[in-house]
Amino acid sequence: MRLEFTDEEQAFRKEVRCFLREQLSTDISDKVLNGYELGREEHLLWQRRLHERGWGGMGWPVEFGGPGWNSVQQYIFEEESALAGGPRLIPFGTKMVAPVIMAFGTAAQQQRYLPKISAGEEWWCQGYSEPGAGSDLASLKTRAVRDGDHYVVDGQKTWNTLGQYADWIFCLVRTDAQAKQQAGITFLLINMKSAGITVRPIVLLDGGHEVNEIWFENVRVPIENRIGEENRGWTYAKFLLGHERTGIAGIGIAKRELARLKRIAAQERQHGRPLIEDPLFAAQIAQVEIDLWALEITNLRVLAAERRSPAAGPEASILKIRGTEIHQSISELLMRAVGPYALPFRREAMEAGWQFDPTREPPGPRYAATLAASYFNQRKLSIFGGTNEIQKNIISKMIVGL
Amino acid sequence: MNFEFSDEQRQLHDAVERYLSEQYGFDRFKAIKGSAAGWDPAVWRDLAELGVLAITVPAAQGGLGFGPLETLAMMGDCGRSLLLEPVLSSAVIATAVLRAFADETPAAELLAAMATGEKIAVLAHFESGARYESQWVSTRARRTGESYRLDGHKAVVMHAGAADTLLVSARTAQETGDAQGVSLFLVPRAAPGVVLDAYPTVDGQRAADVYLQGVEVPAGSRLGLEGAALNPIEAALDIGLAALCADAVGVMQALVDATVEYVRQRQQFGHPIGRFQVLQHRIADMLVHLEQARSMSYLAALRCNDKDIGARRRALSAAKAVIGQAGRFVGQQSLQLHGGMGMTDELKVSHWFKRLTAAQLMFGDSDVHLQRYAELTRGC
Repeated sequence: MRLEFTDEEQAFRKEVRCFLREQLSTDISDKVLNGYELGREEHLLWQRRLHERGWGGMGWPVEFGGPGWNSVQQYIFEEESALAGGPRLIPFGTKMVAPVIMAFGTAAQQQRYLPKISAGEEWWCQGYSEPGAGSDLASLKTRAVRDGDHYVVDGQKTWNTLGQYADWIFCLVRTDAQAKQQAGITFLLINMKSAGITVRPIVLLDGGHEVNEIWFENVRVPIENRIGEENRGWTYAKFLLGHERTGIAGIGIAKRELARLKRIAAQERQHGRPLIEDPLFAAQIAQVEIDLWALEITNLRVLAAERRSPAAGPEASILKIRGTEIHQSISELLMRAVGPYALPFRREAMEAGWQFDPTREPPGPRYAATLAASYFNQRKLSIFGGTNEIQKNIISKMIVGL
Repeated sequence: MNFEFSDEQRQLHDAVERYLSEQYGFDRFKAIKGSAAGWDPAVWRDLAELGVLAITVPAAQGGLGFGPLETLAMMGDCGRSLLLEPVLSSAVIATAVLRAFADETPAAELLAAMATGEKIAVLAHFESGARYESQWVSTRARRTGESYRLDGHKAVVMHAGAADTLLVSARTAQETGDAQGVSLFLVPRAAPGVVLDAYPTVDGQRAADVYLQGVEVPAGSRLGLEGAALNPIEAALDIGLAALCADAVGVMQALVDATVEYVRQRQQFGHPIGRFQVLQHRIADMLVHLEQARSMSYLAALRCNDKDIGARRRALSAAKAVIGQAGRFVGQQSLQLHGGMGMTDELKVSHWFKRLTAAQLMFGDSDVHLQRYAELTRGC
């Protein structure tokens, strides 16, 4: 038993660090490290940098143009990237649709879609949730009806993340209304420029436009855009849910945000002393830090076990629950650290590309501007990707079995 | 990074697990707990034969020369079986103290006798009014010619009644609260002036408050240099803390297993109660706590020998804080989910719960370690 990474893994970490030092521009990392959102072009630019280095297909095997990393290497990359202020990887292309295309797509589909994902030429989004199908995803109603060599799609998707930037959407649609819920679902790839698609922003409590409703009205989708067989889409979607869950805890991002919390708490004052010396606040920081440490080791245990066989137990759900709880605690402490200066809510101060205007001093410290919004935004973590309550159902199913 | 036990560690674990599951069932536990001594010399002999008592004794003293990972591999089984014999006090902590002085004949001889199970030694260090502060020693040792005279009061010394030898810390210089000036002495438990006020602890183990009233020991029974004993004592306590964490994780695993079994069997309203989602989620929460605790028990074992004292103490305080919190949750919820049955003496559940409660109270509870962690990481 040992905690340290192997020599090869340490060398890999160095390689990643070196890449980040050379390729990650400070105008991007400054935004990430200070909690600002990035735009489409910044994300795609980063994807192209990764692609040039041969790392565009994160998590992909070499045969599909990926770097062929194992899950430990991916973990190391994600940790280093997060600590350096690298953009979070938008998962819908590389980590979600790509593995499905690799496992169940035709050779033609693989050649058509995968290279453009890796190269940052096409942005993908996800069309799963519907107004009436959240945790109970299989009750989805969006219909696809065969018409010659096309499907005609009608319905509504919601909670679509960053679809306003997307070129493509992968959708679960109902192709057999008579079949049992899971059985009548098909997995389609739909071009976002198709006639009949309307994207409507949903403004969230932080004032941001991160998610959308997407309406499909008589949208014609060529049959060759179907993944695998008709009515087998649920199987492919489930494969996706079980795929690549070891990064789910977001350890690197949590470490970065914890460091930011400590920096801010050292600058803030209470009774004329740094807030970080207040025993109660210090204890709260210590609590989240040890919780994160425990989760990090748990994550490493899962990674180490995966070297032999993929995790089949409740590990991913444990990582999701604890990871999201810890991220939420940190974001809440960050907000509370700045006290009353978490109150001013100026949307323009939170957006990517916001240039600090020296003639207009922000009220309070600059770092305070985004903290309440980010606390609000982080509440999503325990809701998306299978609510934490659904995760507990999964754990219980596995160990109680009733 | 690798979280596997070695073949040797696994064999040790298997042997201990087999022995305890065959020979140390709940009835045996209850019989031993109810006995006058509160521990069973026959079990002690068996443990010696299995090598458990020699695990961390150096090879030069006839031991196996292993370390905290081997201790980790078998401590969980001790917890699950509610072992009452002084493995933690003697074979882990006192052994770790004595190892620091193994180049001195009295310590070396005692270690050799402990490895075979012939002798039991325990550390008598903490004092009344000190809570968990290890430098809070006010027991005095005054040198007169070729002997020392010890006066003081040691609080809640685990397994003092079973010990042949007490490892007594006492001040030879400086004042209560100073890190310097603490010396360590081998004191026969039967020495004149050693008075034990013995009692069972909440979980059925045995302990005593030890009064030292003008106890005379020869100068040669002092271990190491005068006034320099606190470091080795703290190092040994940290090794003990890691072992206690592993014991607690074994108990938590046992409680999760028992509770899962219970909610599957227990019928109410025409269903097993495990059908109720509120109980399913409670069990999921228990499992999350258990796995975090297990991770920290590994960290504690891997770091408790760290030469960097700051790093060692950060890791151990983090581990003890997490394990204390997890143990509290898992223990309380196991009792809750067993309903009225969880309250009875008849089920093992209540005994596991009490063992976790005791573990929380030993060597600093979660709050003490959280605070210590915050102090150790200030400015990091």
